[in-house]
Amino acid sequence: MRRGRRWPTPPNEVVARIVLNGNLRRYSGGVSEFDLEVVNVRQLFVQLGERHPELAPHLEEGIAVAIDGEIYQDALFADIAPDSEVHIIPKIAGG
Amino acid sequence: MTDSNSKSSAGNAKSLKWVGTHQVRPDGVDKVTGRAMFGADMHVPNMLIGKVLRSPHPHARIVSMDLSKAAALPGVKAVINKDDICDLPSEMVPAGEMMVNYRDITRNVMAREKALYEGHAVAAVAAVSESVARKALSLIEVEYEVLPHVIDVMDALEPDAPLLHDHLITEGVDPAPTTPSNVAKRVEFSRGDLEAGFAAADVVVEREFVTKPVHQGYIEPHACLASVTRDGKAELFCTTQGHFVVRGHCAKLLGMDVSKLRVTASEIGGGFGGKTVVYLEPLALALSRKAGKPVKMVMTREEVFRATGPTSGAHMRIKMGATRDGRITAADALLHYQAGAFPGSPVQPGCMCAFAPYDLENARSVGYDVVTNRPKVAAYRAPGAPIAEFAAESVVDELAHKLGIDPIEFRLKNAAREGTQTLYGPKLGPVGLVATLEAAKAHEHLKTELGPNQGRGVASGFWFNIGGESCATINVGEDGTAHLVIGTPDIGGSRASIAQMAAEELGIDLAKVHPHIGDTASLGYTFLTGGSRATFATGAAAIEAARDVIDKMRERVAKLWDIPVDAVVWEDGYARPASSNAGAFEPMSFAEIAAKANKTGGPLVGHAAINAQGAGPSFGTHLVDVEVDPETGHVEILRYTAIQDAGKAVHPGYVEGQMQGGAVQGIGWALNEEYVYGEDGKLQNPGFLDYRMPVCSDVPMINTVIVEVPNPTHPYGVRGVGETPIVPPMAAIANAVQRATGIRFNELPMSPPKVLAAIDASRAAMADAAE
Repeated sequence: MRRGRRWPTPPNEVVARIVLNGNLRRYSGGVSEFDLEVVNVRQLFVQLGERHPELAPHLEEGIAVAIDGEIYQDALFADIAPDSEVHIIPKIAGG
Repeated sequence: MTDSNSKSSAGNAKSLKWVGTHQVRPDGVDKVTGRAMFGADMHVPNMLIGKVLRSPHPHARIVSMDLSKAAALPGVKAVINKDDICDLPSEMVPAGEMMVNYRDITRNVMAREKALYEGHAVAAVAAVSESVARKALSLIEVEYEVLPHVIDVMDALEPDAPLLHDHLITEGVDPAPTTPSNVAKRVEFSRGDLEAGFAAADVVVEREFVTKPVHQGYIEPHACLASVTRDGKAELFCTTQGHFVVRGHCAKLLGMDVSKLRVTASEIGGGFGGKTVVYLEPLALALSRKAGKPVKMVMTREEVFRATGPTSGAHMRIKMGATRDGRITAADALLHYQAGAFPGSPVQPGCMCAFAPYDLENARSVGYDVVTNRPKVAAYRAPGAPIAEFAAESVVDELAHKLGIDPIEFRLKNAAREGTQTLYGPKLGPVGLVATLEAAKAHEHLKTELGPNQGRGVASGFWFNIGGESCATINVGEDGTAHLVIGTPDIGGSRASIAQMAAEELGIDLAKVHPHIGDTASLGYTFLTGGSRATFATGAAAIEAARDVIDKMRERVAKLWDIPVDAVVWEDGYARPASSNAGAFEPMSFAEIAAKANKTGGPLVGHAAINAQGAGPSFGTHLVDVEVDPETGHVEILRYTAIQDAGKAVHPGYVEGQMQGGAVQGIGWALNEEYVYGEDGKLQNPGFLDYRMPVCSDVPMINTVIVEVPNPTHPYGVRGVGETPIVPPMAAIANAVQRATGIRFNELPMSPPKVLAAIDASRAAMADAAE
């Protein structure tokens, strides 16, 4: 499978893999996957925003986070375990 | 499993008394005796009647407006226009279907610079009677500069198309355009290598599809009654899927404190997503504020059609490839959804759902959100998904047909399952698509023999489902009953299901749990009933509130027994010693503890305020048999079976009702429903006589099979069920019509004139070929 360019991973650290999906990839300079040392969604958003300031405003609203397949919406304190796979996706609503 | 409604379970070994059982609905007696209060049923003394003046033009600049003659008419107590509603700056907020912009909401409830569709509100009056109000509307003088209009989504893309918004620059395009257009946004999801995927395919199918806007078709029109006092406090009674959302929008549009506005949800006669937004409510409040009297407003059916959200019409291109042995190697979707007058079509969820039933290595979906001179679209069950999945499931069927593989087997070969990486990102947890396909394969429906002009179709469907904010309070009565207060209006039976879960937790008789939809002042913020969330999320809140009651009861019993609280356990509605070591105490029942509440610490109240996460997605598979009359083009539904994963059907009857209702709405979408516009940009069929929805005589019994693959994040395994059942019908019926006629219909609705024309064209082509 073809992947986007990856952020370099510091050696010997327990990190989560972060994947940007949909239009969010446009705001990260072509990088779609990151390895970040974060313990919750709030830290994830802060670190992503610091690395890619253009991405930061798009993390404020309209975003959901899937942690190991389970979707969290508006959940800044949701835990991210080491080695988790975290997908950032558009927020989902319904009718 | 039987031919009638049936259920198969893949888990839930725990013995349950109330969850999973058919129970009498708590709102049933009021509804069958006419006592239930719907939106238009409220009357108060000195009430005025509000009416709306609507634009006769699909696109016009409002040059000037003179309200003076209307205001001077005896009996008129207030006249309002844009000047009475806040002009809000651009601010994106979540609202039902997807993010919406307050700049647009304020212009949709009352036109400002331009009227953007026929029926767009431009002014409103409140008068002592409806006849006076109507007379006043005729006295309002509006000078319009009529502008060219655009109705069709593809026409709106043309470079010379009339421009709706001078400020609309397409998002999601690199480099960003420098000039405005009618395209609000481009979205894209992709994974794998599409080119390599198609190169590996033995068969490739590429087709274009068209769907028309269809209305949610709720029986109850929009209605409300507003009362604003001189000191700025307000009460609003309205039919809505979310009274807390209505409160937030109205407060924002009128510059009020949220806490000064108390909103009560009426009983609701259907919403299906269309009552997640505001139309009349801010106008009634503004009129009441100006008049100093209560104002009631009720839409006519014609207003509902002309001015409230249908769902999008769309133009789509789908390309899919597969190997001879039936593996899909690549899938590509290009979707154009019309949003109506303001940005915000459900094209993004359409892109996310288009191929969701399949495990695909190489896939892409690109979507465009396009504005046109039609009413702004609103959510409609699984917004965006039925449109895209109709197209994708039609192509899947054609691939299976070309490869000579049974359509259910083809789907099973490619089915999404636990661990499947979705096109929109995450891997799926435990899901029930395979279980629905296996249930379809085993169903007796497939043994029914088909005759001439008859065909059988199958299609699957997906919807995410959501959680979100919900509060619940359980007030324990001194007689051992429980008053359960929740904040999600009950549209499809959630009140009964949530009460069942509360009774299960408390261990008391369901008849002693009385559910009630509280107003916005009696409960914490609760998001609307939508996204198939009410039973899941508010149910989770009710479970937590029940556990709060139990914890408090255990604490009090522990004090009565002089033992630690950990030594008291709760079983089947009784507090009991945890073991013989805790002491030889006679268990105390829920009712006994409730009777001692005042002497043991005061009233017993359990509460929960949560933001529910972990909603499990739901898959469904539908089977349908049709007969096509070659002389008239009429498509008759002969037999229909809807199969769906409910996780856990708390009230199976209500789950069946959701599945049947979704299927019937899908039948209407497939066969008859469409907005018909004239060259003048005006809607020609704004009523149920000409906008043809299915009635009972149009459809057979919709048989249901409930599959239960528990959602691991919910205490009882619940998944939302309300939206998925409208996803498969259109493709299932189109696939059945193809088998019956040999003609692939890529455009909805498959109404008799269109079907007949296609049959005639096919016959003519065959005759030409024979010559």
